[in-house]
Amino acid sequence: MAGFDKIVSSYEEAMAGIEDGMTVVSGGFGSCGIPENLIKEIYRKETKELTVVSNNCGIEGYGLGLLLPKRQIKKMIASYVGENGEFERQMMTGELEVELTPQGTLAEKIRAGGAGIPAFFTATGYGTLVAEGKENRRFNGREYILEESITGDFAIIKAWKADRYGNLVFRKTARNFNPLAATAGKITVVEVEEIVEVGELDPDQIHTPGIYVNRLIQGTFEKRIEQRTIQPSSATTGE
Amino acid sequence: MALSREQIAQRVSQELQDGYYVNLGIGIPTLVANYIPENMEVMLQSENGLLGMGQYPTEETIDADLINAGKQTVTIVKGASFFDSAESFAMIRGGHVDLTVLGAFEVDTNGNIASYMIPGKLIKGMGGAMDLVAGADNIIVTMTHASKHGESKLLTNCTLPLTGKGSIKKVLTDLAFIEIKEGKFHLLERAPGVSVEEIIKLTDGELVFKGDVPEMQF
Repeated sequence: MAGFDKIVSSYEEAMAGIEDGMTVVSGGFGSCGIPENLIKEIYRKETKELTVVSNNCGIEGYGLGLLLPKRQIKKMIASYVGENGEFERQMMTGELEVELTPQGTLAEKIRAGGAGIPAFFTATGYGTLVAEGKENRRFNGREYILEESITGDFAIIKAWKADRYGNLVFRKTARNFNPLAATAGKITVVEVEEIVEVGELDPDQIHTPGIYVNRLIQGTFEKRIEQRTIQPSSATTGE
Repeated sequence: MALSREQIAQRVSQELQDGYYVNLGIGIPTLVANYIPENMEVMLQSENGLLGMGQYPTEETIDADLINAGKQTVTIVKGASFFDSAESFAMIRGGHVDLTVLGAFEVDTNGNIASYMIPGKLIKGMGGAMDLVAGADNIIVTMTHASKHGESKLLTNCTLPLTGKGSIKKVLTDLAFIEIKEGKFHLLERAPGVSVEEIIKLTDGELVFKGDVPEMQF
């Protein structure tokens, strides 16, 4: 590796150093914008006892769902875990610890973690199960709860394009949690569809500056669609 | 007659205003997008990171990188923007979204809402619902007034785990349009052909009304 060049030559190298018991923060929303090949590499390595932080936990056999059959995840921090039978089974039997976290709070926990802010107050979840055991405080006549931020030993990210320095551009709603997660890893690993030469990306259009990125690899992606909805809308509202 | 899902969505659409940024939840709220008046500009926010959501795509334009918060493939309208999840919830929590429409299992006379969890049965998670109810000032909850077995969903106290405390002021059911204030349900409108007595019978929490309660107009 020379200078700011973040490119690694294999997925094995990309995930080198991940160990049992570590915390992994992952980008993605549903199956959109997930680092699918980095997850496959964790599956291949059979790393266990992981705490995984991600909005969702994939679906059976795809995305983070791949890590369920071999019980690689000990604890999941997510906002929504539906549509995954194996996840539900492990949660109900207590094999898998689950910390359900409101989506905006989860995003802010990761953002704050990456920005060096240990905790913040939010009104979200006040008076609900989410608030249990958390400090309350009143500001301007309204109640807020204290939420602690999140960082990970690894952050795994999917971006659209990158240059060799790890400057990243995301595409459409595949951005979601990725830019936040990219800031929150001790080691941030990014896989992309295309790597371009330094200077080719317009500096004004870079979503995540390379300072957050440690390792970069180009991959090919399945990009599975969870809810394939097409026009006419009246027949395909997914209900 | 109780309103159909489409009619509920249609009645909600009458609350839209020109220039509104709106977040529509999954289910009936999604249908509101089909009833935006033609002379009005409304931008739909999808909390996974899109402002300016359009219709579903065609087979030719379908794109795995472009979905809504219900994980459905969508398109965008002219003037749309993409952003990350923290930015998305800054919009929501910061009170920048003009109207939020979402479903619920129960609401009560204190404006509490339960919409994400049935202990022992349905534990999928709250997604963005807790942020939406905490952050938005103008929320309309859409739901059926009672269960199939005739059990009211408009209660004195919610029985299920709460999504938010004291945050709901307007509820549109298949039978009635209701405002919540001062610890009571206020009956504003009734579905065409549904009597006040029927609504009272299916409302568990205290329900008050003034004079002749008008029928909804479509």
